[in-house]
Amino acid sequence: MLRDITIGQYYQEDSVIHRLDPRVKLAGTVLYIVLLFAFEGIFGYIMAALALFIVVKLTRIPFKYMIRGLKPVVMILMITVFFNLFLTPGQVLVVLWKLTITKEGIIIAGKMAIRLCLLIISASVMTLTTTPNQLTDGLEKSMGFLNKAKVPVHEISMMMSIALRFIPILLEETDKIMKAQIARGADFETGGLIKRAKALVPLLVPLFIAAFRRANDLAMAMEARCYRGGDGRTKMKPLIYKKEDRIAYAIMMGYILILLIARVVCGLR
Amino acid sequence: MGIIRTDKLAYEYIRRDEEGNPEGITRAIDGVSIDIVPGEFVAILGHNGSGKSTFAKHINSILHATEGTVWVDGKDVADPDNVWDVRQTAGMVFQNPDNQIIGQIVEEDVGFGPENMGVPTKEIWERVEESLKAVHMYKYKDKSPNKLSGGQKQRVSIAGVLAMHPKCIILDEPTAMLDPGGRKEVIRAVRALNQVENITVLLITHYMDEVIYADRVLVMDKGRIALQGTPKEVFSQVERLKELRLDVPQEILLARSLNEMGISIPENILGVKEMAQCIAQEYFG
Repeated sequence: MLRDITIGQYYQEDSVIHRLDPRVKLAGTVLYIVLLFAFEGIFGYIMAALALFIVVKLTRIPFKYMIRGLKPVVMILMITVFFNLFLTPGQVLVVLWKLTITKEGIIIAGKMAIRLCLLIISASVMTLTTTPNQLTDGLEKSMGFLNKAKVPVHEISMMMSIALRFIPILLEETDKIMKAQIARGADFETGGLIKRAKALVPLLVPLFIAAFRRANDLAMAMEARCYRGGDGRTKMKPLIYKKEDRIAYAIMMGYILILLIARVVCGLR
Repeated sequence: MGIIRTDKLAYEYIRRDEEGNPEGITRAIDGVSIDIVPGEFVAILGHNGSGKSTFAKHINSILHATEGTVWVDGKDVADPDNVWDVRQTAGMVFQNPDNQIIGQIVEEDVGFGPENMGVPTKEIWERVEESLKAVHMYKYKDKSPNKLSGGQKQRVSIAGVLAMHPKCIILDEPTAMLDPGGRKEVIRAVRALNQVENITVLLITHYMDEVIYADRVLVMDKGRIALQGTPKEVFSQVERLKELRLDVPQEILLARSLNEMGISIPENILGVKEMAQCIAQEYFG
């Protein structure tokens, strides 16, 4: 159950998308999400879905694997759909007891669901094709200007990359503790919300203790390997734009242009 | 003068009860003086709580001595100016492989040390390649550490230290969390480093069978060196070892009793298979 979370996990494959500079992928993802919200007509969605489909195909990661990343957010998705479906005023279609479903509600709920799915898949494309180290390198480099404002960019990116590296390890640990507690009669599945939340305490306490212990060990191991912050550090994989990266930027520009032209000239959104 | 030298090293910490009130002082290390020559393979043995890990952490300047001095390659580790030199000269491998791998990919992890030292990019790649090859992990360079076995992870950790070009490697119970297969893998890799690359090795362990190939064995108990000598000399004191709560490997015991019976078998055979072969050879010619 916990192994299904794919966000933040790298999927090893040799594809064009994997080889792209992380800055390109970061810019692309941000741009894609912005456009997803800027163009919310049918045309915008078709274009967005098409673009994402092509990118996913290019990554050579099985589509099934990608979909698995959606599972943990199904709950959020359901809540959003539920509220939009029942609480949007407009032309009433169905009345169920005190709840009414309106035509506008169906449209907004549908749009919301599609948008969220596209958003999550696009974000997981980035994390699946980029190693956390590359990702944080990309962030570090593109946010480098914040250094002047005394923001510890290197430290933040290092923390992020370590957090990402430990996600699978901590998940495994959670699984283990859960099984151990279940074996001793703990019940995580039944009861009301409060009872379930209470049941999580014997899970979270050992998990936190283990995490602190790991953090302590890791800090020691990092210091033993001469880690002393970002100053004077060299890069094993410095970020340099290649031909592929420039082409990717050009394709992104083309994508924006198509959307803009369609909007201005044909009135499609 | 040796590469690692300590003089009357002592470390004390204050024991506290559950409310944090001091209960008493424990002397975890009590006057340890050692001198390790470059190229030597030294093993430190001891049961849990004997102070062997605490001792190791002093060499790398992770813990600071209450009394006494540690020199690594002639540099006093207590001097803050020497800390990074010392850590580069004496690399350290820890017990839990999961808690010391920083990179998401094997090669990125091995490159972490050289990156911190400010080694130029091109040289980092050369160092990563040679270090991974030295521990026979080069073909896994693109893999995620999470997909490796314990022994493989620990070999990656060794490569990570090796890439910093240390003169000496300290291994703090590197096999404690591994299965027997993984343990053998790691010990084999450590031996190869010592013999092929001529790196000084300080192996801390509580498994007797891992120290057979060491040049010198130090047995620690209650923060002091209780026994030292070549593995043969140490193993011959079976009674004393039992007093120190250490198990003598069965192969050694068997070899000893066979020797007493007049069948000459070398007393430093590791592994059941090797033992059986040796006996068969002796017995059937």
